[in-house]
Amino acid sequence: MVGPAGGAPLENANPLIYRRSGERPVTAREEDDELPDSIDDREIFDLIRSINDPEHPLTLEELNVVEQVRVKVNDAESTVAVEFTPTIPHCSMATLIGLSIKVKLIRSLPERFKMDVHITPGTHASEHAVNKQLADKERVAAALENSHLLEVVNQCLSARS
Amino acid sequence: MKEALQPLCRVAAHPEARCWFLAWSPGGGLLASCGGDRTVRLWAREGPGWACRAVLGEGHQRTVRRVAWSPCGSYLASASFDATTCIWKKGDDGFECVTTLEGHENEVKSVAWAPSGNLLATCSRDKSVWVWEVDEEEEYECVSVLNSHTQDVKHVVWHPNQELLASASYDDTVKLYREEEDDWVCCATLEGHESTVWSLAFDRSGERLASCSDDKTVRIWQQYKPGNEEGVACSGTDPTWKCVCNLSGYHSRTIYDVAWCHLTGALATACGDDAIRVFEESASSTPQQPTFSLTAHVPRAHSQDVNCVAWNPKEPGLLASCSDDGEIAFWKYQRPEVC
Repeated sequence: MVGPAGGAPLENANPLIYRRSGERPVTAREEDDELPDSIDDREIFDLIRSINDPEHPLTLEELNVVEQVRVKVNDAESTVAVEFTPTIPHCSMATLIGLSIKVKLIRSLPERFKMDVHITPGTHASEHAVNKQLADKERVAAALENSHLLEVVNQCLSARS
Repeated sequence: MKEALQPLCRVAAHPEARCWFLAWSPGGGLLASCGGDRTVRLWAREGPGWACRAVLGEGHQRTVRRVAWSPCGSYLASASFDATTCIWKKGDDGFECVTTLEGHENEVKSVAWAPSGNLLATCSRDKSVWVWEVDEEEEYECVSVLNSHTQDVKHVVWHPNQELLASASYDDTVKLYREEEDDWVCCATLEGHESTVWSLAFDRSGERLASCSDDKTVRIWQQYKPGNEEGVACSGTDPTWKCVCNLSGYHSRTIYDVAWCHLTGALATACGDDAIRVFEESASSTPQQPTFSLTAHVPRAHSQDVNCVAWNPKEPGLLASCSDDGEIAFWKYQRPEVC
């Protein structure tokens, strides 16, 4: 199976595919306009689950790269932590996937939020190096000024038709 | 406890973008800021507040990360993610870009002018530190490319009265450089931080150096010259730098900047938890084992990460700070009675 460029073979040619979660049931509290909605784990998961994998025609949810149980939000303290699991331990797309998640959160959440995106411990050979890059906001800012990289990230974030 | 750091004024400096850095002019009357909107802006007092006097928008194609004034105050250097450093000259009509320094392979992270005014240093994600010489005809020549760091170099600062350069890096170390027989060499490596070192500040005497890091600590390093009384070993003629104090447990996120006031000795920090903190050496401090206590803490100094803190060089207690929220804030610091 070849990748989107039609050239080099995929690193992970036969990924496991997971079933998507259903729609979120609306609670009575959420229907009440008087009460402010606080941001919870499910809301963050809903933001990131449909991010496209850079190589396969599948979403991060379908590949189990992101799971709701690995999202931790504290609305009162304005913090979000997302753990993501690359499909294979030497995945060279790990930084790009992490960056896409980070960009999606930055574009969607209020500015008060502090976002931490890192690899699920024990699931990648270079997790420390990848985590350090994702945590460095100067490196992230400079990377997003690179038009080619920004284009790739935007493709991961675009809605699939 | 009355808050020792009082807010004076706030300006929305860089619209829709981060403000990355601030630098006071040597005379203390102008403040230069730079940011994600690719501009350098100049601010001066107007009545009780501060107003923008100039916008230098034609110099860079990407984020401007750092600005630095020459010691004489006539030139401003700006370092950018577009891999260049612009030199601006102050004229009657404002600032004009007179030269663009090229050579780094990717983002320039910092620029600093030596106290003599004849040397400039730049550093980059390409892991190198460059030393440039300036002559009377305003010609800039790169005299050394230093490849000592193994990762992205975040910041460079010059010693206040020696031709000694310090750099801070993503490789978790601080390195010092000096000139030796026509070339520049790395004469010391300071290890101890457990993550990226973001910024550095020498005290007025130059005997101490403060460093701040992603590991949420500030470390104070002290210089020991050969033949020192304390018996600290030195190799050859180079001084040794030892960590004499570690301020940990105060900051809850990455510390992006540290500034040491040369008028009062107060140490200010800019943190990713939106707070500004000020420390002073305590009464019980000894020269070999200094201790610092927290004298001011403003938890919501800005609505987002604080990227820079800068003490005014002429007016004691006047502090400027800037943030990811694009704002610059001005503060008045008064040392508390008891430390």
